Amino acid sequence: MPVPAIEIEGLQKHFGSVHVLHGIDLEVASGEFFGLLGPNGAGKSTLINILAGLTRASAGHARICGHDVVSDYRHSRKTLGVVPQEVVFDPFFSVREILRIQAGYFGLKGPENERWREELLAALMLEDKADVNMRALSGGMKRRVLIAQALVHRPQVVILDEPTAGVDVELRASLWTFIRRLHTEGHTIVLTTHYLEEAEALCGRIAILKQGRIAALDSKQALLRRAVHKTLTVTTAEPMGTVPEALRDKVRRVTGHCVELSLHKGVDSIPGILETLRVAGYTIVDLTTEEADLEEVFLELTQGRTG
Amino acid sequence: MIGFRTLFYKELLRFYKVLLQTILAPVVTALLYLVVFSGTFKGRPDILPGVGYVAFLVPGLMMMSMIQNAFANSSSSLIQSKIAGNLIFILLSPLSTFEFFLAFVGAAIVRALLVALGIYVVAIVFVTVPIRHPLYLLLFGIFGSGALGALGIIAGIWSERFDQLAGFQNFVVMPLSFLSGVFYSLRSLPPVWQTLSKLNPLLYMIDGFRYGFFGISDVSPLLSLAIVIAFCAAISATALAMVARGYRLRN
Repeated sequence: MPVPAIEIEGLQKHFGSVHVLHGIDLEVASGEFFGLLGPNGAGKSTLINILAGLTRASAGHARICGHDVVSDYRHSRKTLGVVPQEVVFDPFFSVREILRIQAGYFGLKGPENERWREELLAALMLEDKADVNMRALSGGMKRRVLIAQALVHRPQVVILDEPTAGVDVELRASLWTFIRRLHTEGHTIVLTTHYLEEAEALCGRIAILKQGRIAALDSKQALLRRAVHKTLTVTTAEPMGTVPEALRDKVRRVTGHCVELSLHKGVDSIPGILETLRVAGYTIVDLTTEEADLEEVFLELTQGRTG
Repeated sequence: MIGFRTLFYKELLRFYKVLLQTILAPVVTALLYLVVFSGTFKGRPDILPGVGYVAFLVPGLMMMSMIQNAFANSSSSLIQSKIAGNLIFILLSPLSTFEFFLAFVGAAIVRALLVALGIYVVAIVFVTVPIRHPLYLLLFGIFGSGALGALGIIAGIWSERFDQLAGFQNFVVMPLSFLSGVFYSLRSLPPVWQTLSKLNPLLYMIDGFRYGFFGISDVSPLLSLAIVIAFCAAISATALAMVARGYRLRN
């Protein structure tokens, strides 16, 4: 059985009396595209920082590709690349210098590594900025450099902490193309993002953190199935005036000839609702149903939203 | 080894890129001291037998500049990258505690030696300063600036704001370096001040360094060297322990 990319056992972290992580157990298999979601303050960044060795856990263990992040930190850090959430840079150096220095920290030099760095510059569209000082780059460019820095040592596991926060649509698309390519090439990817559609489009498995605990850990499909609500939109021949009393608590929106209703799966029946509308004098012209998306599931799990 | 060499090289590049501020400015400052003090104390009797006051000042100013610049190099590099956040790139790497320590201290020593060399080269245009014991010069230079480079690591890690570091520099390093016999001989002080001065480890750096030039000192050069090495070892051990524990680095 292959060694898991990430193993976390009973991980706890407290800052004084504030408990940020309450005993997290998690395993990410090699080659997965894994999503780590949760509202602000859920403990995502703390968890990532512990894996990266930037924060010491109060209790528990974490391993990257079988290497303990504390006792075997040299190996664990060689197998891990982290793209930090905040755009940080060394103002003394150019992009090319930064990448050469970063590779050197990992003990890498020589033409083969130089070729890889040039490849990274090309893939992240940084070639024409390679000799420009970091200070002169735009925010989006600096973020690409952060990604290149995280990959200079070809890590098996790549953690991206909100890599597209504040990034324009075009750059975001190109970044995801690149990350997908890395995943296809066999890298394990762990992603935290506030854009839930990104997690839905990219991740195979997702963990949702809430107040330092794992609120859900499942495949994307299984999580989506957990949603207890779906949306029913009914178009009527008559303008939608008064919604029948029996349906009022389900109404999300009324516009012109349309009414959008939130249905509780397994409780509300579509034929029953249509019948209620017909009895109230409406002629049904069209109807659509929409399953919940990850955002819906996320809100239900993290805020206990019920529709 | 490549990891250490890279961090060392990066730290050298960091001060090389702002040479005007990191090497030339301290050389000019030391020379200003030299000009002002030599003008003020012209004709004053020799402090050490056969050594004129201006020549006497040169080694002290060299060592004082080494002390201040070694401290400034490691401490400013650390606090800048801590506050800007780019220290993360070093912390994410597999560099060991010792590699981290050695690279920062090594770069501090190189900067200090370059500043000292700059002061010496310009000073000998105006005054003769012989070199009697070059090995002592080198040893006091390396261990003295090494100790202050390590102290810079401690201050850089401990400080969370620039004003805290400035406090460390202005209330610890500056007074200790000014009151370490740069401008006077220990013998010229009243007994109480002589005793108090002997508690200042920086005094032995300057006295021993001066011995390297003139072959004369207030304290035995071997005793001074032993004290400087012990001081350097103690400060280094503290800095290494802080880095190893991740104190204010890996919270």
